[in-house]
Amino acid sequence: MKAWISLFIGFFWANVLGYGGGPSSIPLMYEEIVNHYRWLTNKEFSNMLALGNALPGPIATKIAAYVGYDVYGWWGFVIALFATIFPSAFALIFLLKIVRRHRQSLVVKGMTLFVQPVIAIMMLILTWQMMKESIFSIGIVQSFAIAFISFLALEKWNIHPAFLIIASFAYGGLILPHL
Amino acid sequence: METSYRDLILAMLRTGIFGFGGGPSVIPLIRYEAVSRYHWLKDEEFGEILAIANTLPGPIATKMAAYLGYKQKGTIGAFISVIAHVLPTCLAMVLLFTMINVLSYSTVIKGMISAVMPVIAVMLGQMTYEFASKTVKGLGKSLGSLLFVISFFMLQIISIHPAIVIVLFLTYGAIYFKRKSKLYSQNKEMSS
Repeated sequence: MKAWISLFIGFFWANVLGYGGGPSSIPLMYEEIVNHYRWLTNKEFSNMLALGNALPGPIATKIAAYVGYDVYGWWGFVIALFATIFPSAFALIFLLKIVRRHRQSLVVKGMTLFVQPVIAIMMLILTWQMMKESIFSIGIVQSFAIAFISFLALEKWNIHPAFLIIASFAYGGLILPHL
Repeated sequence: METSYRDLILAMLRTGIFGFGGGPSVIPLIRYEAVSRYHWLKDEEFGEILAIANTLPGPIATKMAAYLGYKQKGTIGAFISVIAHVLPTCLAMVLLFTMINVLSYSTVIKGMISAVMPVIAVMLGQMTYEFASKTVKGLGKSLGSLLFVISFFMLQIISIHPAIVIVLFLTYGAIYFKRKSKLYSQNKEMSS
């Protein structure tokens, strides 16, 4: 099979079957990339994942971009990204269009209302996981100190999140390694 | 107010470049741009999009980016928005691969990523609070709290897949008002 067709099919399946956002697709992508198509070895894959985790932005697209480029040059880059992003993005737009059309109906209103508590709890769990990971890597005092300052900055001083992220990078990159 | 392509591109560039830690950590950033900064959407609408995006497979941030672009500027907007969101980091991925050992084992990078986690946690916490207060406002304290407990139980204690939990709640939400009005009219008949 032509390399670009395999790229499309591989990344299409890995992402269409991956529920719960990018991170949940990683094992599926591993299956396609290492076991099925043998585009990368196990070691290359884990190196790539390490780099991907060090960079910002969605993880699934970074993996697709790298493997696509590695296998089939810039066209591979485009095709792997397209297969990763397009199917689910299209499905979301399509579903939301239907919902919008029935905005006034009590059915849609009830759905909108009842989904809020689930989202709240999902966010709570994410908050907890993020905090746990932070405490694990930099300890409880540092984590809470940074969290407390962030809270003040966002809630009281209305600082743009990007500045806060840059500030925490500066702290983490310049000061943390020397502590 | 008409959104310019410039705003759309800048917003998505920022969410892509500052979103460390994968999809979930990008959500508060996208919310900040779309709801707080540019007022493209109300918070309820954002919650709804997030919920539906969560029931669909595939990366979450790119779905959100595509929808926001589509809502502002149609199909071209969707493409531009996604490209602005993913391109810088995807290019960086390809170009930096030669330096991989330096980057992923550097204590500076590790420190940076660790220090940003509490910041992201606070932003996720803020969203938790907002969705929770919206629930209480819409459904009242007792029903709201009951739903929190049920969601927590399903998601965390018995680990049902989030997509299934969302579909269950959506289904009940779809019949909620109908049931309520039926009960209401029954009560009226009984009392008269």
